[in-house]
Amino acid sequence: MKHELVIQTRGLTRYYGARAVVQDLHLEVPRGSVFAFLGRNGSGKTTTIRMLLGLVSPTRGGGSLLGCDIRALTPAIRARVGYLTEEHQLYGWMKVREMGAFQAPFYPRWQEKIFQGVIGHFGLKPEAKVKELSRGQRAGLSLALTLAPDPELLILDDPALGLDPVARRSLVESMIYLTRRADRTIFFSSHNLADVERVADHMAVLDFSVLRACCPLETFRSSVQEVQLRFAGPPPALPAIPGLLQAFRTERELRVTCIHYNGETERALRQLSPLSLEILPMGLEDAFISYLGERGEKSFILADAEVAS
Amino acid sequence: MNFNIVISTGSSTPIYKQITDQVKRAVVSGQLTVADPLPSVRALAESLVLNPNTVARAYADLAREGIIETRPGRGVFIIHKRKVFAREEGWRRLEPLLEALLGEAMALDFTPEELKAALDQKLSEWQPPAGDKSKESQ
Repeated sequence: MKHELVIQTRGLTRYYGARAVVQDLHLEVPRGSVFAFLGRNGSGKTTTIRMLLGLVSPTRGGGSLLGCDIRALTPAIRARVGYLTEEHQLYGWMKVREMGAFQAPFYPRWQEKIFQGVIGHFGLKPEAKVKELSRGQRAGLSLALTLAPDPELLILDDPALGLDPVARRSLVESMIYLTRRADRTIFFSSHNLADVERVADHMAVLDFSVLRACCPLETFRSSVQEVQLRFAGPPPALPAIPGLLQAFRTERELRVTCIHYNGETERALRQLSPLSLEILPMGLEDAFISYLGERGEKSFILADAEVAS
Repeated sequence: MNFNIVISTGSSTPIYKQITDQVKRAVVSGQLTVADPLPSVRALAESLVLNPNTVARAYADLAREGIIETRPGRGVFIIHKRKVFAREEGWRRLEPLLEALLGEAMALDFTPEELKAALDQKLSEWQPPAGDKSKESQ
């Protein structure tokens, strides 16, 4: 149960013309996780999500969703998945209450309590006209419509996009509320690393169509480290350091960001005979930016990757 | 008891560590004492808006260090009993902090005497005075 995967892809690839949008993706999402799918704009996140849902067919490779081949998803499987897109289909002329009543009959497991709970949480009045709602309120209504069918797997494509801080907090609270059921999985893409840090326990990083990390959040964070070296004079030239991401030099200081910092890395840095060598803790956002902004060799972080000790 | 945990995202300190640090500080300062209750994992996760696994990890660390105890069906309580290897483990953790302190002090041209004096000063401020607890609750 613990290691059951609700999403699994093997070499998932999609081309648009000659351009690879998603390349050889091996993604694994364990059941019960809150999984953040990260990457810069245009890195292929939405295409990946659409392939997972069977809305775009892969050029090569494949995968499974709740154990079912993504090329042959059945209505029964789809009914167990909640999907929130950037632009949820909402009817402007309906009232909030009517939107709920309209959707409910399509879903055998529809829970009116959840629908009411979420719209209440976003401060929506049941009698309000959909077309008069603010962006945050529309997002709240979309979320209510996605959560009320009580999905086993929730896939949210950039749910925080364009939300103000209050609406964003309501969104994160709703996601945390959902984790009350340990068997529910949330897979969401986001650019907001503060939210990710609060709510996610696993993450994947997509970079220029290629998967660069798929691991627990803490593994990622502890795999990227910044080392501060102090010197009596100008710092010497940097030799080849294994896992080097970035280096900054000032008059008497060298700051090096590396991945999988270990004894070997430390030996290489000690060879420069610095006055002091100190490992500085790094926040998730800084780690993420260093990782994607790297100029050296490409690396990959996995759940069982070597972690600095 | 007005013990509150405050979380900041984007910090270089992981959230689980912010929780353990704040509980430990509250115990050291006498703000929390033996048998005081802490919120359940779920309650704390929802009030701080955090993934429950993060809170669970913090509580597991605190339990392993003998600072809290979960009594099934009753809740989470401060116990603060020392483990046998606590000293040894403590030194292992203190060592790199001392190294960092010395390195920083040297780089800033402090003399050993100045450093010692500063440390003594800090220690005298840090020590919770006896009987402080009654003041705390007023």
